[in-house]
Amino acid sequence: MATTTEPASPPRTPRPGSRQGRIEPRPRGRSRWVRDMLEGWSFVGPAMLIILGLSVFPALWAFVLSLQKWNGFATPKFIGGANYARLVTDSEFIDAVVHTAVYVILFVPASVLTGLFLAVALNRNIRFIGVYRTAIFVPFVASAAATGILSTYLFSPQYGLVNNVLRVLGLPTQGWLEDPNQAMIVIAIMSLWGQAAFTTVIYLAALQDIPSELVESARIDGASRWKAFWYVIWPQLGPVTVFVTIWQVIGAIQLFDLVYTTTRGGPLDATKTIVYFLWEKAFKNLQFGYGSAAAYLLFLVTLLITIGMVIYARRKNLEAF
Amino acid sequence: MGTTVRELSASTRLAEPPSPRRRRRISGWHFVLAPLALLFMTPFVQMLLAALAPAEELVRFPPPFIPSRLSLDGIASLFRDTGILRWLVNSTIVSVIAIGAHLVLCSLAGYGFARLHFRGRDFGFIAIVATIMIPTQLLMIPTYIMFSRLGLIDTLAAAFVPWLASAFGIFLMRQFFLSIPVELEEAAALDGANKWQTFLRVVLPLAKPALATLAIFTLLGAWNDLIWPLVAINKENLFTIQLGIADFQSTRRTQWSLLMAGNVVATAPLILFFLFAQKHFIATMTMTGLKG
Repeated sequence: MATTTEPASPPRTPRPGSRQGRIEPRPRGRSRWVRDMLEGWSFVGPAMLIILGLSVFPALWAFVLSLQKWNGFATPKFIGGANYARLVTDSEFIDAVVHTAVYVILFVPASVLTGLFLAVALNRNIRFIGVYRTAIFVPFVASAAATGILSTYLFSPQYGLVNNVLRVLGLPTQGWLEDPNQAMIVIAIMSLWGQAAFTTVIYLAALQDIPSELVESARIDGASRWKAFWYVIWPQLGPVTVFVTIWQVIGAIQLFDLVYTTTRGGPLDATKTIVYFLWEKAFKNLQFGYGSAAAYLLFLVTLLITIGMVIYARRKNLEAF
Repeated sequence: MGTTVRELSASTRLAEPPSPRRRRRISGWHFVLAPLALLFMTPFVQMLLAALAPAEELVRFPPPFIPSRLSLDGIASLFRDTGILRWLVNSTIVSVIAIGAHLVLCSLAGYGFARLHFRGRDFGFIAIVATIMIPTQLLMIPTYIMFSRLGLIDTLAAAFVPWLASAFGIFLMRQFFLSIPVELEEAAALDGANKWQTFLRVVLPLAKPALATLAIFTLLGAWNDLIWPLVAINKENLFTIQLGIADFQSTRRTQWSLLMAGNVVATAPLILFFLFAQKHFIATMTMTGLKG
């Protein structure tokens, strides 16, 4: 899709009261202005009402909630920053942050590298390429619920395919989702299965934007394929790498669905992530204030990481946005 | 791996004689891609095999790689003993309403922001785009309270209302409308068409690719959503398909055949869509990082 920046916005004529440009000559004046207003807002109003009503308004409300102690029934009690103070010392929350960080570290680099590798592999005109692409992209449409249930089957210690293969190979079988040290790895692997298509497609689009002359001239100058990739293609992919990394980090910090459909936070809370913690506090224990404070911290952390990465990218002259 | 004419022409394009080394390199990628493609397909194959396997074989130890015979018991039991049909209907209702509303509201707003001139337009657009930054988890709690006061909790409306329109959809449609030549609309205006007529008769028919992208985005989001329906819907007969199969995990533990049959039913519609409209799905993926 073309993401041209306003290539065709009509030139604005400086006539007073006429901001319509050359589209339609109409009577000037106040009635005209009102008409434009009504017309414009009739187009954008309904969608705006829904989006702002379901985002800005609740976001502000969530902040108010985060300063209260409230179970949804009794009168809310204003407690200032006490929820936040409690969060940063709550060992359960700190553990959730650590588990989330572990997942981010396991998943994000793997998904970026997998995407890059698959894109390079798929970016060629060979036989069956369509079949390969389809096979690698299809898992993207599987829901997190389906992926989670499938994971519990594939990695079931007794009945699963993975241990079955290990058994045939004479290797020791593993506990996988039932082992606190391995559960998060399994979740990362299955996320990768479901989401590799995303990073791959983004890299593939970027690779196809690189003029082939660039690579060809490097090759003619005697660069090996590897060097041509490293010195010609890779620098061109910098902005895309920043973009997918930020995107994957934001997504990974919000991990919930796969945890819910595989381990429900277990075993021994080893996969309890920030969002799982938040969901449990708010909707199992009805601690709306405490849950909202956790949500705001999550938002803040996401924002800080994003800003940090954008600044880092700017410093390195990688304009991703 | 035979070197086809297409491969040869691809290599001559690189201004290089097709040496034997080069031919081997090209076919070399098959040895990378074929196993990878198989690996990516394995979970689906397992899912299908388990759905069609006799239930007792899946809890045998060690389990067989391939079931000894095909059995429809899992699928039969799924439709007989669970509410799957009802959940499929619920998810279909939610997705259809979400897609319909999304297409109408986002294309209208996208056009308004792209082409109309009115007070507050730019501010409105910036406000919309800024909401993309707000994570849904932050909105869940107040939205839940709001919906419960409006009596929407435990109704299907709770599942589709958040999907009626989206900032991403508006952004996408605006970008599209900006990319089409304004002369078409000017011609329509000279012929006496008003803004609405221009939009409906001239602009919208051109927007089919963008609308397809938007429809797929909404379908993936609304059909696959789990956390919000989980919060907003507790009644089993109002479950979406995702809620339903997630619930199996507590009620149907190790009934693998039924569980996998449920997975097949929940996933197959999107897989079929994907196979028929792969191009549009890939366009959608390129533009969003949905799911996570």
